[in-house]
Amino acid sequence: MKAPDFDYHRPETLAEALDLLARHGEDAAIIAGGQSLLALLNFRLAAPERLIDIGRLTDLKSLSEDHGHIEIGGLLRHCDLQASPLIARELPLLHKAIGHIAHPAVRHRGTIGGSLAMADPAAELGACCLALDGEFLLVSLQNRRWVAAADFFLGVYQTALRADEILAAVRLPKRRPGSIGIFDEIARRRGDFAMAGLALAAQTGDGGLSDVRLALLGVADRPILAGKTMAFLEGRPINEARIDEAAALIAGEIDPPEDPAYPPAYRRHLTGVLLRRALLELCS
Amino acid sequence: MSIGAEVPRDRAKRLLVGRGRYVDDISLPRMLHLAFVRSPYAHARIDAIDTSRAMALPGVVAVFTAADLDGAVSSWRAAHKLFPTMAAPEQGVLARDVVRWQGEAVAAVAAESRALAEDGAEQVAVEWHELTPVLDGNQALAPGAPVLHRDMTDNLAYETKITAGDVDAAFAGAAHVAEEHFRFHRHSGISLEPRGIIADFEPSESRLTVHQSHQTPHQQQDLYARLLGLPEHKVRVICPDVGGAFGLKHHLMADELTACVAAKLLARPVKYIADRLESFLSDIHCRDHEVHARMAFSREGEILGLHVDDLFNAGAYGQYPRTSIAEGNQISRLTGAPYRHENYRADLRMAFLNKSILGHIRSVGHPIACAVAERLIDLGAAHLGLDAIEVRRRNYLDDDDFPRTSTGGVEFEYLSLNPCLDKALEIIDVAQFRQEQAEARAKGVYRGIGVATFVELTAIGPEYYGEGGQHISAQETCLLRLEGSGTLRCYTGATDQGQGIDTGIQQVVADVLGLPLGDVEVISGDSALCPVGGGSWGSRGAALAGEAAMRAATTLRRNILSIAASLLQKNAAGLTIEQGVVVDTASGTTHMAVSEIARIGHFQPYSIPEGVAADLTVVERYATRDRMFLAGNGLQIAIVEVDVDSGIVMPLRHLVVHDCGRILNPLLVREQVRGGVVQGIGAALYEELRYDPDGHLLTGSFADYLVPMAGEMPDIEVAHIESPTKTSELGAKGAGEAGTAGAVGAILNAVNDAISPFDASIAEVPITPPRLLRALGRF
Amino acid sequence: MSNKLRRIALTVNGEAVEREVPVRLNLVDFLRHELGFTGSHVGCEHGACGACTVLLDEQTVRGCLTLAVQADGCAVRTIEGAGENELMVDLQAAFHRLNALQCGFCTPGMLFSAQELLQANPAPSREEIRDYLSGNFCRCTGYQAIVDAVQAVAQMRHGARHGGRHGAPGP
Repeated sequence: MKAPDFDYHRPETLAEALDLLARHGEDAAIIAGGQSLLALLNFRLAAPERLIDIGRLTDLKSLSEDHGHIEIGGLLRHCDLQASPLIARELPLLHKAIGHIAHPAVRHRGTIGGSLAMADPAAELGACCLALDGEFLLVSLQNRRWVAAADFFLGVYQTALRADEILAAVRLPKRRPGSIGIFDEIARRRGDFAMAGLALAAQTGDGGLSDVRLALLGVADRPILAGKTMAFLEGRPINEARIDEAAALIAGEIDPPEDPAYPPAYRRHLTGVLLRRALLELCS
Repeated sequence: MSIGAEVPRDRAKRLLVGRGRYVDDISLPRMLHLAFVRSPYAHARIDAIDTSRAMALPGVVAVFTAADLDGAVSSWRAAHKLFPTMAAPEQGVLARDVVRWQGEAVAAVAAESRALAEDGAEQVAVEWHELTPVLDGNQALAPGAPVLHRDMTDNLAYETKITAGDVDAAFAGAAHVAEEHFRFHRHSGISLEPRGIIADFEPSESRLTVHQSHQTPHQQQDLYARLLGLPEHKVRVICPDVGGAFGLKHHLMADELTACVAAKLLARPVKYIADRLESFLSDIHCRDHEVHARMAFSREGEILGLHVDDLFNAGAYGQYPRTSIAEGNQISRLTGAPYRHENYRADLRMAFLNKSILGHIRSVGHPIACAVAERLIDLGAAHLGLDAIEVRRRNYLDDDDFPRTSTGGVEFEYLSLNPCLDKALEIIDVAQFRQEQAEARAKGVYRGIGVATFVELTAIGPEYYGEGGQHISAQETCLLRLEGSGTLRCYTGATDQGQGIDTGIQQVVADVLGLPLGDVEVISGDSALCPVGGGSWGSRGAALAGEAAMRAATTLRRNILSIAASLLQKNAAGLTIEQGVVVDTASGTTHMAVSEIARIGHFQPYSIPEGVAADLTVVERYATRDRMFLAGNGLQIAIVEVDVDSGIVMPLRHLVVHDCGRILNPLLVREQVRGGVVQGIGAALYEELRYDPDGHLLTGSFADYLVPMAGEMPDIEVAHIESPTKTSELGAKGAGEAGTAGAVGAILNAVNDAISPFDASIAEVPITPPRLLRALGRF
Repeated sequence: MSNKLRRIALTVNGEAVEREVPVRLNLVDFLRHELGFTGSHVGCEHGACGACTVLLDEQTVRGCLTLAVQADGCAVRTIEGAGENELMVDLQAAFHRLNALQCGFCTPGMLFSAQELLQANPAPSREEIRDYLSGNFCRCTGYQAIVDAVQAVAQMRHGARHGGRHGAPGP
């Protein structure tokens, strides 16, 4: 399990990195923290001709806020976000989710941009960004574009990123008065990829939930929004009967892939369990 | 007294500061690295292998296929004369024309680094012709199944039957028959340090020096000498620090032998360190049994009869040199062994199939034998409306029953079954738990308690392999060498992979000789230096090597005192040694230091009269006689919580009451038992080597093969009953199997107890969340 | 294939090191085989077992999921150089005294994780200790002696109160 050989580039500036990508993007892999990529390389499941190490690009390590949003540089590490009072205050959903990512030594290297770009369907951050209706800044030598999380994830390890683009930043709306965010997942052991997980963001008010966004992880080829269940929950008060109905609805709404260890029906069931727990938490 | 003291291990000190020396830490001049081309198929014919592109790569020095090694190494057959009808197909270092499991090696690449060797392995082109794989025993033994081995007509590796009493009559007359169909899936030992070897061949002397992460240096010395055609005294196997073994590292592994052949052919040192993927694919695996069992009860809960039918899904070959039979044999012989029943039948069928070779991993067969009987007792007791603990007590072999040979044919000198249960019930208040359980259930929280009584076969005697025809020593020898300064070197055939047998032996020797512990150093793990011995497996260190050490120390003590007596003109019987000084036993008067006797004994021997036993280097040996095992025993109680929504089982509390005879060092035994429990919890809840329908391993990483980690494990209480064996002076039995032997049964019963309100049950381990929820009908 | 090379400069255990290394070489292999710091071990090469845990700029990282070239300009500490830290020395002593290791292969990584926990949280509960160590696989012990040892050091240094599921450590 030794990585195959590759050319290694370590650009010092974003411009240099983008230039390298413009020239070599199709044959290159971007490495940030490397916490997923290096395992793939060691297993020889990936064999890029060259690695472009963006780890030193200080441009991508900023954390900023404006009146309504937090903008997170793609190279901020999980541990940076976990330790940030700003994140804890303004993005509690994300903050809670980070605690579920692997183990401390991995969180010290893994980055938000790297995790999102890897697009593991069971990763926490994709579902969080989806629930929070986040946007990702994708930059190339020629272009800068913001892509909504909902349009970013295309399949297992597949995203809207083009070969010459870097995920430079993540933009997420700050918590508003009355907003709630719940993250929960069920994993076999601490730090494992979850068998199923849920990120729920909504506004609470007298009439129940509004602006409901319910994202799921580990139950499809990408993080997904549970549209029918969101619509069901929208604008109605939560009570026990509704919780039962919602749990049944979400279990029927999703179509998890075949997996000999965790059959689709099991993941559907778990997703219902997670939603029930989340809604009960809201009630209490 | 040093025996019985909680002495920390000397060796641990350097491991803590990064000064360990494991095989991969060793580097020799001009050393090459080996990587293997492994079969991507479970069963395939090799039509052609083209190594030319690999050979052309920079850094690649040689590429070997089976044909390249002809004449350089012999093949082998895993046969055992105690099981003469067992099939023993021929196996060679590299697959020649058929591969029989995914991961079987077909070519080896030697290169200047492991990375370059892997580059080379990628470039070896093999033309495969896929054959139909045989993946479980039922399929393997069905008529018309593809046959794995050419010299066999079917895949039945072995079949046997044990009977005692009249089983049919017992079942016919029973008030109730508890019956269950169990599935114990395949897993492995998963030492953190993978297997590894460095072979160094010196052609001018025909000398092979091997550093290997292994448990049995002398066994390997014999095997390498015979298979490579070298004089045995020119083969030296050194086992440096070993990063966990658990039975995984006491076999001949084809890829490790390939490293030796490569070193011989290339006349350069060759290192092979298995990576994690190779470990999952090609290590020795364990368990993989389908057991149908029935237990007949009287209305009062007396066990009238037991019938165990075991289908043993073995691997592609028998494991060499020990063979794979022991796991099936242990299940046949041990199931129900703690109980007084007279009517017993065990059927065993062992099938070859297209998976990695299955063999002896910690607690061979025990967890299955234990879980089957313990589950049947719980089932029977529940049906009869009896307390399952009382049913156990009613049927336990009691003090008057010993010595006894069980219906399965295992000899017991003594088992402390009732004392262990009494002690367990002092520690865990079952009635109180039942009350808490009821309160929790009312809140929708499901907890359960599970009891498992186990027998632990340790210190395997020489008859098993001696009669079997294997060159495996079950005798232990200890050589003691008093240095000129009065400090002592102790050479043992046992090996230490961290369990602490070095320290245990050090304590025995220091204790008998009256030397400070720090004056004794134990040297092990070197086939050239240490006396011929068995190494470490089957919990033999304390019982066998400990007794040999005690005998050697007794002899050396006698000699030291003889010298002292002659020098002091006193009677040796009136002298003893305390803290390195010869003293008068009665008065306590100090006479002379052992260092002074050592100085005279070595440098002024003329001062000692002729006829005085004055040897300061002594050797003594020990082997058990007329018994296959020393049996220990114990009991485990698990308390778990089941999340009936997710199917996740959380162990909350775990108790082991254990009797391993005389305890040399409770500090070490405690954690040894706990480590075994955690491995057992792993088997019960997490660990499984899963394959797809084509025989491709699905669990080739730690993301898919789950091991128990700190976060999910409970605190584990360990209590002891100490019933020394009378077969030796030291009185120790083994302690390494206990934790693993009982944990599966205890967890299985606890989970079933937790879900009993749902009228559901489960008999398949590992108890994964989907399996448990399916049993509960939740999806 | 071949080995593409790159020159790196870093400090390892406080000493400046400069080497030309294969770019594909990971940090733990670099430390072990190029520099001879064999105290860090290789158990899985996919970031799951924790045996290769070392400090990179004072934080635990997986040595198998970090390239040596990524450590260029950084400060690396391995178990061989960890003895300058008093907390580490206390942990090593407690691990020895309480038999919190058998084969020792996981131990250097386990110690670094324990050290990092106690630096951030001087009085963790048993539950918090188990949680923080849950990325370090130990196959030999039952983890309990390890938890006991970490807790004992916390208590000794900070007089921490007992915590966790089943109270105090002990036989």
